[in-house]
Amino acid sequence: MNKFVLIGLAVAVGLAILLSPFASPSPDGLEKVAEIKSFFYKSEGKNVLNTLIPDYLFPGIKNERIATAAAGGFGTLLVFITIYGIGLLLKKK
Amino acid sequence: MHIPDGFLDTKTWAVLSAVSLTGVSLAIRKINKKVDDKQVPVMGVVAAFIFAAQMLNFPIGGGTSGHFMGAAFAAIIMGPWMSLLIMTTVLIVQCLVFQDGGLTALGANIFNMGIIGPVIGFTTYKIVRQLIPGKNGIIAGTFTAAWFSIVLAATFCAVELAISGTVPLTAALPAMISIHSVIGIIEGLITLTMISYLLKVRPDIIDMQKV
Repeated sequence: MNKFVLIGLAVAVGLAILLSPFASPSPDGLEKVAEIKSFFYKSEGKNVLNTLIPDYLFPGIKNERIATAAAGGFGTLLVFITIYGIGLLLKKK
Repeated sequence: MHIPDGFLDTKTWAVLSAVSLTGVSLAIRKINKKVDDKQVPVMGVVAAFIFAAQMLNFPIGGGTSGHFMGAAFAAIIMGPWMSLLIMTTVLIVQCLVFQDGGLTALGANIFNMGIIGPVIGFTTYKIVRQLIPGKNGIIAGTFTAAWFSIVLAATFCAVELAISGTVPLTAALPAMISIHSVIGIIEGLITLTMISYLLKVRPDIIDMQKV
């Protein structure tokens, strides 16, 4: 793995850890439309899946900003490793 | 724009799941044995960056936020099929690990952000580059591709909500398009910044083979 890739990955993980705790908590485009047009309630309590790290809050960490940062760092690495693995599987032989 | 469980009716999410599954299988077939050693780590970094940037909601006014999508960014660097694969991987991790986007809506979210996003992004980029030669074409193409990719993804999202009977199309469509036209400007600026930076420091990455 070359230097550029390591720097790129470090920047991505750094962004996730340092900036995600300060992301805007406002509803996103779709959530806002769901609020304005009054259909947001249709999703309430409809979650099919209960996942490991719901809402980007790493479990077991009380401070919400730190829990978000941990979830962000973990997720970024997880995505990197997953697609790296897929890439290796699809590589030229 | 991640659709949660409960917004789509069964016929809509079932059809979109089948369509997305077909799209992803096709992408895997197209990409298989075409990835070279140099591309694997780039795929990883692009996907990691998209995941991280999608967490960084920025305020767009009116108590609304938006976040980077990245489909056009990935398509411009790696090609539409690669972008499809990268976006799908990000969306699956977001759904299964972070409960972002419903499990029943996963197919729809892959369709909007993982198929429409890359296809519209890549096509727009190609057309603009043919119309405007040289570096200006790259700049104009990148911004336009990013803007259209997110606005079209939002358009399809609105249509799916309407087909599901969740909200009338006349209400959903103008609202989704107007909000995402604003988010699209930020999408365009972030994509443009990233592509311009890569052009300057690593033009070989922009010139890499696209699948």
